[in-house]
Amino acid sequence: MSLALKARKVGLRLLEAIPTVIGILVVCFLLTRALPGDPAAYFAGPMADAESIEQVRRNLGLDQPLPVQFVNYVTDLLTGNLGMAISTGQPVVAELATRLPASLELTLGALLLSFLIAVPLGVMAATRPNTWVDHLCRFLVTAGVSLPTFFTGLALMYIFYYLLGWAPAPMGRIDMMYLPPETATGFYTIDTLIAGDWETFRAAIAQMALPLITLALFTLAPIARMTRAAMLQTLGSEFVRTARAAGLNGRRVLVTYAFRNALLPVVTTLGMVFSFLLGANVLVEKVFAWPGIGSFAVEALVVSDYAAVQGFVLSMALLFVLLNLLIDVIYTLIDPRVGEES
Amino acid sequence: MDRRHFLKGAASLGLGASLLPYLKVLPASAATSETAVVVFGGTINSLDIHRSGTNRDSYQVAINCYDRLVTFGTKTLDDGSLSYDYDNVQPELAESWEISGDGTVMTFFLRKGATFWDGKPVTAHDVKWSFDRSVSLGGFPTVQMKAGRLESPEQFEVVDEHTFRITLPFSSKLALPDLATPIPVVINSEVARAHATEADPWATEYLHRNPAGSGAYKVARWDAGQQLVYERNEDWKGGALPGYQRVILREVPSQATRRALLERGSITAAHNIPNKDAKELASRPDIQVVSSPIENCIYCLCPNLDFEPFKDKRVRQAIAWAVPYERIFEQAAYGLGVPTWGGSKTVDDIAWPRRSPYSTNLDKARALLAETWYKDGFTVPLSFNLSHADWAEPAALLIQQSLAQIGIEVTIEKIPGANWRTIALVEKRLPLHLENFGGWLNTPDYYFYWAYIKGNLFNSSNYDNAEMAKLVDDTLDMAMDHPQYAPNVKRMIELAQEDVPRIPLWQPTLNVALTNGANGYQFWFHRQMDIRSLKPA
Repeated sequence: MSLALKARKVGLRLLEAIPTVIGILVVCFLLTRALPGDPAAYFAGPMADAESIEQVRRNLGLDQPLPVQFVNYVTDLLTGNLGMAISTGQPVVAELATRLPASLELTLGALLLSFLIAVPLGVMAATRPNTWVDHLCRFLVTAGVSLPTFFTGLALMYIFYYLLGWAPAPMGRIDMMYLPPETATGFYTIDTLIAGDWETFRAAIAQMALPLITLALFTLAPIARMTRAAMLQTLGSEFVRTARAAGLNGRRVLVTYAFRNALLPVVTTLGMVFSFLLGANVLVEKVFAWPGIGSFAVEALVVSDYAAVQGFVLSMALLFVLLNLLIDVIYTLIDPRVGEES
Repeated sequence: MDRRHFLKGAASLGLGASLLPYLKVLPASAATSETAVVVFGGTINSLDIHRSGTNRDSYQVAINCYDRLVTFGTKTLDDGSLSYDYDNVQPELAESWEISGDGTVMTFFLRKGATFWDGKPVTAHDVKWSFDRSVSLGGFPTVQMKAGRLESPEQFEVVDEHTFRITLPFSSKLALPDLATPIPVVINSEVARAHATEADPWATEYLHRNPAGSGAYKVARWDAGQQLVYERNEDWKGGALPGYQRVILREVPSQATRRALLERGSITAAHNIPNKDAKELASRPDIQVVSSPIENCIYCLCPNLDFEPFKDKRVRQAIAWAVPYERIFEQAAYGLGVPTWGGSKTVDDIAWPRRSPYSTNLDKARALLAETWYKDGFTVPLSFNLSHADWAEPAALLIQQSLAQIGIEVTIEKIPGANWRTIALVEKRLPLHLENFGGWLNTPDYYFYWAYIKGNLFNSSNYDNAEMAKLVDDTLDMAMDHPQYAPNVKRMIELAQEDVPRIPLWQPTLNVALTNGANGYQFWFHRQMDIRSLKPA
């Protein structure tokens, strides 16, 4: 397919997403305001009487009727102003700009790690069914998925930091001794490499290690099982039998023919895992004091911080639109048939 | 989202959060004899205490980075720990003061040689601007200033460069101590005014991120949601120079993580740890746990007089006799705190908090209930604030079990923190609930004012008694050495004990753990970490 055609397809997809995003915005706006809880009372602070609460309500613009509030919100949105997160005192844009990369760094790293472990594991389990490898795979994934992330996180912290002292103090993205790198992408690992600062890079990796392993353990299960199932199905299919009959060696059959075909469902699974991982991050972020988007959103929700919750939902909606687009593009790369359909 | 704004936001947070002197080099080991690392579970959301929406945890910036006219001295408690001394007002920016004969005019003589961080001297003009700000911006700061009878800018007057005068509408014992609360800080008005605009005359946008004070510590960097780094002001004139050159305040949400950090010694102090951890860590030789009773604060069970059965005083007293005080103290408070039950019926002194005359006596409870319309019992929901679940949930369950034995069926209702204030304190519609009010100014009448007067915020029981109202009104501003003061307070206590709209459970403690030999921690009524008194080993 020519590049122009591909670009057009991508463009159309993005346009199609706009109504979805608008719908999400409206629903989120209404839902946050339907929640019980009065942000004005909360932010007026201790010992605030009815008068100070009303004052805060006016400051927050919450005394206006709903349609007026919505129009104000949308006009602000169009100028890139997502409002002020009262719970943290920072503009929502600024919060998203630091916290989203923090969570993404953890999520993408965990996905990468678990992909590197789970896929070979799933392949091996598929090629050697009912052997010890298969049983090991089954055991690992069951253990990984049945233990909640906060438990795994705490257990790992207990063993590797508290008992052994191998891991650094779980107090955030980077130890107090090091200054965070200049912001280029917001990913400390990438930014330190760009700056050429090896010390800080090692420190960032060290801080990331435990939460990464915690999340990776959790995501091992779906990826390994899906790989195993897809491989088993592919290995039993006609074209693999033909390839074997044609005399191609086992390795070539496995990697070039079977694996590439089994990859499609795995990529779909990766997409799904990524989406719920970004949300499941919250508990891991709390345990390791990671300043991520999950804990920000939960805190904002608890105190009915409208601007922050809406900003979070908007950024998540946009992220998922892009994610789905990316997966579809990867599909066309893996499977040449997919692009031909149009 | 516009890409330009996304990048702008990212860049501005990277640079904007630390507009103050940027630390390029940090010591080889972060927690050293020069640097303290303090962790806590809250979050700082502003560096400006007067700003709308600033939360409680952010008050520590006002405490550590700004000066007030006066402060409180230090006293040593029975267990050897240090606490602020409400009865001992000490100079901070004002080196001396005069109070007129009738008590309505207070004149403060400012210390010469006190300067802001940029070198500009502190003058009475700065004090006036700051005080005007504190009563003009509204919210909790204005309410707290009003408690000390400081309500309008007309009361504040610049006599000369180093003399500042406050005129009160009438004499009040609360005015001087109110000046030592975190609210009336002295801000560098020149710097602030340079950043003020038409729409923002009090420079709230600027001071939100850039403190401009004269205090013991400057803010070296603030990474919102992660850490705040304090750096000592070597020219501080408001008191003895603090022990630590740098204090890093780190936000760690998980209590389990904070405890692990403490036990491994990676940090210097953990502020406000739960009673359970305080009890368990106290036995360790390398960790010092300081548990200070929170003055003028009582955890109470409040029957709401708007709920039909509770209109009868005997029903409320019956509940007071049915509460399992010892079991609650063991299981909810882990034995840390000051008991507030089982005292004598006669009121011989004005100590507050004090032991109520009630104790666990189910027979007395049943006998009282039998005299009323409700001898066959009734159903009532018991509500508590989910933010306080660590002590409130065990207490609620024990109360539920015990009240069942006298025929009262209790259902438990958990209310999320964000809703609590509105439902419990503003609407005052919870029939039976657990409450935790503590007054900043340490006089019994101050507590009674907020919790026992109809319509006042913390009177969530809707208690309305004309005699109590008159007593509080007469006594609130009365000097403590006035001959009528003690008799009035004794009568208030008698009424409170007889009518029990609030059943005292226990007086809580604030627990702080210190490691690596750090010492000097002092308890303050505002329950925040005053790092100025901390000292390395």
